Amino acid sequence: MATAHSRSAARIMISPAVILLLGWMLIPLSMTLYFSFLRYNLLMPGTHDWAGFLNYRFFLTDPAFFAALKNTLILVGGVLAITIVGGVLLAILLDQPMWGQGIVRILVIAPFFVMPTVGALVWKNMFMNPVNGLFASLAKGIGMQPFDFLGEAPLASIILMVAWQWLPFATLILLTALQSLDSDQLEAAEMDGAGPLSRFFHIMLPHLARAITVVVLIQTIFLLSVFAEILVTTNGGPGYATTNITYLVYAQSLLQFDVGGGSAGGIVAVILANIVAIFLMRMIGKNLDI
Amino acid sequence: MKYPALLVAATSTLALAAAAHAETITIATVNNGDMIRMQKLTDGFTKDNPDIDLEWVTLEENVLRQRVTTDIATKGGQYDVMTIGNYEVPIWAKQDWLMPLDDMPEGYDADDILPAIRSALTVDGKLYAAPFYGESAMVMYRTDLAEKAGVTIPAQPTWTDIMNAAKAMTDKSGEIYGICLRGKPGWGENMAFLTAMANSYGASWFDKDWKAQFDSPEWKAAFNDYLTMMNEYGPPGSSSNGFNENLSLFQQGKCGMWIDATVAASFVTDPDDSTVADSVGFAQFPNKEGVDNHGNWLWSWNLAVPTSTDSPEAAKKFIAWATSKGYTELVAEKEGWRAAPPGTRTSLYENPEYQKAAPFAEMTLNSMNAATPDKPSVKDVPYTGGQFVAIPEFQGIGTGVGQMFSAALAGQVNADQALQNAQQLTTREMTKAGYIK
Amino acid sequence: MARNVTKNRKLAMTVLAWAIGILIFFPILWTILTSFKTEAEAIASPPSFLFFDWTLDNYREVQERSNYFRHFSNSVIISLGSTILGLAIAIPAAWSMAFVPGRRTKDVLMWMLSTKMLPPVGVLIPIYLIFRDTGLLDTLTGLTIVLMLINLPIIIWMLFTYFREIPGEILEAARMDGAGLKAEIIHVLTPMAVPGIASTLLLNIILAWNEAFWTLNLTAAKAAPLTAFIASYSSPEGLFYAKLSAASTMAIAPILILGWFSQKQLVRGLTFGAVK
Repeated sequence: MATAHSRSAARIMISPAVILLLGWMLIPLSMTLYFSFLRYNLLMPGTHDWAGFLNYRFFLTDPAFFAALKNTLILVGGVLAITIVGGVLLAILLDQPMWGQGIVRILVIAPFFVMPTVGALVWKNMFMNPVNGLFASLAKGIGMQPFDFLGEAPLASIILMVAWQWLPFATLILLTALQSLDSDQLEAAEMDGAGPLSRFFHIMLPHLARAITVVVLIQTIFLLSVFAEILVTTNGGPGYATTNITYLVYAQSLLQFDVGGGSAGGIVAVILANIVAIFLMRMIGKNLDI
Repeated sequence: MKYPALLVAATSTLALAAAAHAETITIATVNNGDMIRMQKLTDGFTKDNPDIDLEWVTLEENVLRQRVTTDIATKGGQYDVMTIGNYEVPIWAKQDWLMPLDDMPEGYDADDILPAIRSALTVDGKLYAAPFYGESAMVMYRTDLAEKAGVTIPAQPTWTDIMNAAKAMTDKSGEIYGICLRGKPGWGENMAFLTAMANSYGASWFDKDWKAQFDSPEWKAAFNDYLTMMNEYGPPGSSSNGFNENLSLFQQGKCGMWIDATVAASFVTDPDDSTVADSVGFAQFPNKEGVDNHGNWLWSWNLAVPTSTDSPEAAKKFIAWATSKGYTELVAEKEGWRAAPPGTRTSLYENPEYQKAAPFAEMTLNSMNAATPDKPSVKDVPYTGGQFVAIPEFQGIGTGVGQMFSAALAGQVNADQALQNAQQLTTREMTKAGYIK
Repeated sequence: MARNVTKNRKLAMTVLAWAIGILIFFPILWTILTSFKTEAEAIASPPSFLFFDWTLDNYREVQERSNYFRHFSNSVIISLGSTILGLAIAIPAAWSMAFVPGRRTKDVLMWMLSTKMLPPVGVLIPIYLIFRDTGLLDTLTGLTIVLMLINLPIIIWMLFTYFREIPGEILEAARMDGAGLKAEIIHVLTPMAVPGIASTLLLNIILAWNEAFWTLNLTAAKAAPLTAFIASYSSPEGLFYAKLSAASTMAIAPILILGWFSQKQLVRGLTFGAVK
């Protein structure tokens, strides 16, 4: 169908995007790669000695690195689990006949519009603060000790904040997918005596598989680089409890101003992100025939 | 019809003329109360200098530090005036990143600057930054609660006194916590306090060969006492409390004692913001029995001009205004003497009006004069700096160690484990930086 | 009887959905309410929900301290600018991938998406140096370009999935009629693609508005958008919940209102190919 003419036209049309993204990726990345082999601290200019693999050795043997790797996986996995399970349930609920559906939908999608920094600041100060937060007030109201969220369950608290922001996104996509489900099919199943659970598992869930894949892909892209929420709430702590890879690289390059070490961390992060990317793309490729 | 057009033309010419003349300087500063006040009072400056426009970048401390450091180290030139600490000044001055401020206008009276602060900002005989406000650390406590609990806090308390007072004042069911201390990780947060506390216990960060000293008995004693106080008598969530969080707790009347920067005194005695304004007492930073060291906390926020600026003259003019005696008087006139930026000028402490308005003046001055950042520890050490170690690597190491300690405070690891982690981390970083061969 | 059951069911669903909706929205509602309280009331325990002395002081204070309108207009310029610029580059690219797919199309698309997975902190220093040398630091142009680049993969992908749903027969019919490539795009595709483009536009305005790493690190005073505005209220001395709430409300209100008004358009194209 495609002619040679339209092929070359297509190539011309795609090239600005490809060239820009290639430049955006390659230029800084090659500089980062170069810096990662130097002893380069911003605070000590003039001394850019070749350091070989020193920066990599220090980054990879850092106890914080494994903690960060683990935290990154838990964070991404935790948020994905909450938003997908919650999103599916919420989508089914919103798909039911009810009064004021439009308003409920507006309420539910609102967190998606909130700046991550603002959301995290609000959660940290006005809700989770163990002295003045609303949760502490509630706990005291029913005669319980206030819980110190960011001290005792720091990673879970961060997951909660991030999940709150992404739940609307998952819900919206899943809801759209659910609405495209043929209601005849469900009715037919009901006639055949399938209970609600079996209808859910045999008809709805397979129908939602594609949408779930999409949610996983898009959210993973954003969740791998969660940063603002950690910066304004826990600064990666206590200890390394909430340090993810992105935050660790930040700490190296902008708290210690160790550009060499930070760059090595950046390269490691890029490699890890690519592994995740390949894994994800495989999954997408299977589920999403593009 | 014609007039409006004419008016527009006239105003736009005027605007153009003004634009051609006006020089814009960008000031990066911290969102602390004193700086926000300065921002509000700048009419006093722009009135006399109509040809200088001021642009403000007001940021939270950590964000600010990261931004100005990135900018100055890469010579980005985005800022004309930077607010930096006495930690940065000597390090940056040695890199030729800052302009010397040795040609301040007449009447500036640089000799009036407190000697401890002045020497901290002087490199090779030249002043490289002008202090906006300065601080040491001291004990602030609730006189009413102390009385109720039947304890007295001496003017020069020991840690045992503090520990006993904290125990006596604590009433958890009434939401009164005997002592509030910093627990939020960061070299300028929990480590500022813990380093000062360790100094007062006779500990030090490094020995003569730059070996980390977290395995020393002094550090262990200091850190264990800190954890005991916080766990037994401190507020919940203390592992995320920094200066600001504790200030607000103290102002709400939830802390019996608070050991922190002297600058807080003017906030906790401010009847507009503080519910306990008229019952605050002050005492010197504690020491350990037998150790003659009150921690040596010395900090100042200073205004400096980066060499990458395009408008050095305008920037210096602004700094001379903001750190002058005249500015202090302006604050006093608008908001009362108690609000005057503390800890920079001898003349302020000799001013009887200030002494009357600020019950904390004497204790602040004593604490500042007692700090000897040239000799932070009773041990022989290769570094200077009081609640910090004046080497460029300290920011990163201090923050990393701060994380370890806050993990212990949050109960994730025990004290020994935290100290061991701190020792390991510091050794690694110092090896990487080439101090340990 | 059956009717009663459905009615009861509808009532139950309504109550449940409203309860959950309000729960999810509550943090935002609470922030807005707190912004009208005094600092003392903001931390009062037990908290007062509606019965307090409503005050506008916090807004006055915030306005006095920062130039909200400049931050606001910077945010508008960079989020709109980067989105429009991004669309201009992405529409042709997505069009060609959707309608003239080659062997490598899928790889190219996946590669584009993978560039979004790179942690921005890793390349901050290089970008900062490049911006310094090109004079782009603290400029709206610089920010617009960066935001365009970081969102470009998402824009392309969203458009691509949307374009793919446009049936190819229509194109063939147009070609039969002898329409050229240009006419084909302008007269046939564009009208069909408008909902998808609108939705992409909205999503990217939201993403650009809320981007808080580059906008904060590459600006000082002149180009600083609302993310920088909020950074000066994050943890000041003393009590600050009410002021923080006021600043937060001011920072999120514009995009929240835009999002609500345009949610139908947003949702229509926000499928990312999830629905077949």
